[in-house]
Amino acid sequence: MKYDLAIVGAGPAGLSASVYASRYGIKNVVIGGISGGLTTQTHEIGNWLGEQKIAGWEFAQKATEHAKSYGVEIKNFLADEIKKEGEGNFQIFLSNGEKIQARTILIALGSKHRHLGVKGEKELAGKGVSYCATCDGFFYKEKTVAVVGGNDSAAGAAVFLGNIAKKVFVIYRGEQIRCERFWRESIEKNPKIEVLSNTNIKEIVGKDKLEKLILDNPYQDKEELEVDGVFVEIGSEPNIELLKNLKVELDEDGYIKIGPDGKTSVKGVWAAGDITTGSNKFKQIITAAAEGAVAVADIQGFLKK
Amino acid sequence: MSKVIDLSSENFQKEVLESKIPVLVDFWAPWCGPCRMMAPVLEDLAGEFDGQVQVAKIDVENPANQALAAQYQIMSIPNMKLFKNGQVIGELVGFRPKEELKKELQKQLGI
Repeated sequence: MKYDLAIVGAGPAGLSASVYASRYGIKNVVIGGISGGLTTQTHEIGNWLGEQKIAGWEFAQKATEHAKSYGVEIKNFLADEIKKEGEGNFQIFLSNGEKIQARTILIALGSKHRHLGVKGEKELAGKGVSYCATCDGFFYKEKTVAVVGGNDSAAGAAVFLGNIAKKVFVIYRGEQIRCERFWRESIEKNPKIEVLSNTNIKEIVGKDKLEKLILDNPYQDKEELEVDGVFVEIGSEPNIELLKNLKVELDEDGYIKIGPDGKTSVKGVWAAGDITTGSNKFKQIITAAAEGAVAVADIQGFLKK
Repeated sequence: MSKVIDLSSENFQKEVLESKIPVLVDFWAPWCGPCRMMAPVLEDLAGEFDGQVQVAKIDVENPANQALAAQYQIMSIPNMKLFKNGQVIGELVGFRPKEELKKELQKQLGI
């Protein structure tokens, strides 16, 4: 079977694109490892219009159900390769061996957590080093933890952990954390949270599990900071490994360059969401969903021709 | 009916440690998004590996199960441990799409 549109990526951009495509009558399929993408790891979403407060996993589930309600199949497999076999003929090879054919492609692969890249990080992942505060925060009840980063995700994680842990350090390389005022005020209000600015982690130390962090800027005259857990929230980078064959044009940081209509440099290929340059790299659910919708509107015009 | 066994501190010994076939145990919790997304994958695998691998899950939010979570040093979930003859022979932390988990199981168990 050949689809009009294959959407690669099942986060907010991909699912929103699917909803718009289905409503236009475009035969589409969604391919993505985890439906809902990174929103499944978000503690709480409070800036999606119409939902004052919603858990990340619940949002992911609702968005998935919404897309599926039009009869669209969501293939929860990773795409291994995308090939352009000629005009209007793309082939996508999935990790289960399946091959999907489509006339057009929308890349909505989003981004992945950036890692610190310091000694001990890899070895202690899952043993005190975590990339998902919502998932793992619970294991640090009345313990001491650190959050690395100063963006909204880091601040959100710190506030979330502030309700569970005994003490939360926020380790930030800059002068002042740069998050929404809502988060900053929540941090200031909680005496358990302490921000260590102008500080980087040099090394993560532990034998079977995390024992301490080595800082480049001493805290209370010591370079060593004893913590039970460290949550890495230093932003994300685009998921572009899959794009080698397609040769879409990227910017200097690896984001896919798109036009105002979502078009990439390759004919028949559009992109939307956190992986693109489309929304000033704001990386919000609302911008991803909007880019998905905009791209599909253009794809619809293209398919009609 | 679901082929995934619900584990507790009471049946862990019998269903996991004394199982005649390998058991894939998923340590999960209701608040964890990736864990919830893992559930249908585990359901599918339980059917596909029926008779070869037992799939089971344990809710670590339940206070009665927290001693087990501590014993197996669970600090990140979803955390899937593969038991054979009462021993842990493999561990996977974080969400895995179905095919990846399936490949991992086949590799670990040589099936």
